[in-house]
Amino acid sequence: MLETEVVVSPSPHLRSGVNAEAIMWMVVLALVPASIAAVYFFGWPTLTLLLASIGAAVLTEAVTVLIMKRPLTINDGSAVVTGLLLALTLPPTVPVWIPVVGSAFAIIFGKQIYGGLGFNPFNPALIGRAFLLASWPKLMVNWVWPEGSLGWVTGKVGALAGATTSATASATAGATAGATIQTVDAIAGATPLGLWRGGITDVPYLQMYLGNIAGSLGETSALAILLGGLFLLVFKVIDWRLPCSYLGTVALLAFLMGEDPLFHLLAGGLLFGAFFMATDYVTTPVTPRGRLLFGIGCGLLTFLIRKYGGFPEGVCYSILIMNITTPLLDRWTVPKRFGEVKANG
Amino acid sequence: MGLLSFKKGIHPPTNKDLTASSPVEEMPLPSQVVLPLGQHIGAPAEPLVAVGDEVATGEKIAEAKGMVSVPLHASISGKVAAIEPRPHVCGSMAPAIVIEGDGADRLAPGLSANRRLEELAAEEIKALMKEAGLVGMGGAAFPTHVKYNPPAGKVDYVLLNGAECEPYLTCDHRLMVEKADDVILGLQAFMKAAGAPRGVIGVEANKPDAIAALRQAAAGLPVTILPLKVKYPQGEEKMLIYAATRRVVPAGGLPAEVGVIVNNVATAAAFGYYLRKGIPLVSRIITVTGKGVRNPKNLLVRIGTLLEEVIAYCGGFTEAPGRIILGGPMTGPAVYRLDLPVMKGTSGVLVQTRAEVEKPRVLPCIRCGKCGAACPYNLLPNYLSDYAEHAKLPEAEKYGIMDCRECGACSYVCPSRRPLLQNIKNAKQKIMAARKKG
Repeated sequence: MLETEVVVSPSPHLRSGVNAEAIMWMVVLALVPASIAAVYFFGWPTLTLLLASIGAAVLTEAVTVLIMKRPLTINDGSAVVTGLLLALTLPPTVPVWIPVVGSAFAIIFGKQIYGGLGFNPFNPALIGRAFLLASWPKLMVNWVWPEGSLGWVTGKVGALAGATTSATASATAGATAGATIQTVDAIAGATPLGLWRGGITDVPYLQMYLGNIAGSLGETSALAILLGGLFLLVFKVIDWRLPCSYLGTVALLAFLMGEDPLFHLLAGGLLFGAFFMATDYVTTPVTPRGRLLFGIGCGLLTFLIRKYGGFPEGVCYSILIMNITTPLLDRWTVPKRFGEVKANG
Repeated sequence: MGLLSFKKGIHPPTNKDLTASSPVEEMPLPSQVVLPLGQHIGAPAEPLVAVGDEVATGEKIAEAKGMVSVPLHASISGKVAAIEPRPHVCGSMAPAIVIEGDGADRLAPGLSANRRLEELAAEEIKALMKEAGLVGMGGAAFPTHVKYNPPAGKVDYVLLNGAECEPYLTCDHRLMVEKADDVILGLQAFMKAAGAPRGVIGVEANKPDAIAALRQAAAGLPVTILPLKVKYPQGEEKMLIYAATRRVVPAGGLPAEVGVIVNNVATAAAFGYYLRKGIPLVSRIITVTGKGVRNPKNLLVRIGTLLEEVIAYCGGFTEAPGRIILGGPMTGPAVYRLDLPVMKGTSGVLVQTRAEVEKPRVLPCIRCGKCGAACPYNLLPNYLSDYAEHAKLPEAEKYGIMDCRECGACSYVCPSRRPLLQNIKNAKQKIMAARKKG
């Protein structure tokens, strides 16, 4: 007879080395390049925003589960991911309480109110961002260009100012000066997408690729986002179907509508959203075809909002709207089973 | 690259190095064997002997009861000590014949050796399969002769399963290397019984010596040895058929529907041995392995040998064991006692150390979809498990829960460590029970 206790459990008795915690920390790791780019382009105060956001998310998670008398879940890493994701979607100019309030809202009303990890219908970070945008719209669109990009901006301003001056030669000098200052403000305070809406479409690709443009903290550097995205793809943390169908749809629509596809891929929060928000497990479909449809829907909505919406950017709302369709998409796209026999045949 | 396989599946560490190159060692006769009357799927056999009777090795001691059943043979010579309920791997007690050995290993009289295939008709071969007490030795222990009931002529392949995709196990590997002739002889008999013109043996490509040995033994015969990709569950019947023939067995259907019969290589070898020697299924090769065993081995043991004797022969445990598994780690049941016998379907004993036994922290499903991406049957295990947990059996059935073949790939990959397969099995049992009632 056995003299010691042994574990009796159902098969399988082997488990893969990848657990949920590992996945969360891999996502955090994948966000490191974008975070470094944020600090590089927008300065050290940026780091405070990132850390405040993460701290607030983790603290809120801890407090809410304690109140609900549930096991402490902060070491699963999901709150860290939410906090960091939210911070990276904010303009660099926001006061530090903005990410704190946003993260707290994201955790409480984006996640815990539904039952915590795994049960939230909407992407918590995007819920936080949507809440901030609705509550403090002015703070949330206060864009700046990185120091290093000012050459292009001032050149652009100079050219515009010259044009304005000649066009308004007959007007009074004071009015001209006022108009010029407004133009300068408009350019210096707009993202490439904002400029595109105003008819300025010649922001250099390289600057957009590297991240040397105005935009949300983590969204400007395509290079940094692609590094993190590639990491997640290679280690199979995310499914290629989501970013590829999302980006592909936007590029195709841009091409069909006579816009510049490359500009649309590089501008705004599209890349960041496609690799880090539309790939959130909980709020997106699990089926392969469902994921393709989800990405296509996101792409369609994003382009429609950019082209015809009230805001110049629509990634956040597109993904949130598509989140609602997730259960339905799963139901519509149940894969054909191996050896499936048709009910009537 | 370019090896035949199926879609999806997983790549667990194979951990076969512990015993892959250890030749099969014959374990000395046990002093006692415990032979459960039900060691196969179907009705338990009915005893032909009484307590106190003298029995000889290979003597039939219990008769098959009904169609889906096989007879049972004494695996050592000696005296019937008891016919009573004994601990069974199913977790409860089950009737068994206990034989106290006399150490002589006297062979039963009248066993006819050297049967020649040319002189046997298909029906005779099928009858011999049953007489040999033959069941699927890969683990399922389904009576072999029952598979050969479909009318002959419709089957064009007999496919032997030499994939051995379960991690740790090497008993089939060593069998193919060392007893290739018996495997091929058994396969030829199976082909004749089924009227199948061709035989195929699927072997995972990580056993090149087995492939070479089989090819040599099958030279000149209408038998193909197919190297298969190393992937779990390559040896699952439907996946094996797909890999080898690209034929898809319909959901809920049998392999014979696509003209294939599948048997394990060990079953074929046992039948080949029976034809040559006349000795029915009274012994088998098992792999005793894992970090928890001092001297891992491939062992030829008599059916009915108790696990405690097997473990003791392998030098005992290295430390207090964490988990003891009968068979491979993906599908084998964990047991909590060592007075269980090796049965016809027992392919091995795996002992994990305490450090290896993860006490998983189960998190909610994060809908990562890895289970669906691993499921070879293209099911959505996360939804099936969810329906099972919430007793939504009609939904579970609608989404194909009965197509699940319980390979465990979903539970293996689940990052939230959810008991997906366990939930699915529970629901399947409830559905089966309801179907029987209705």
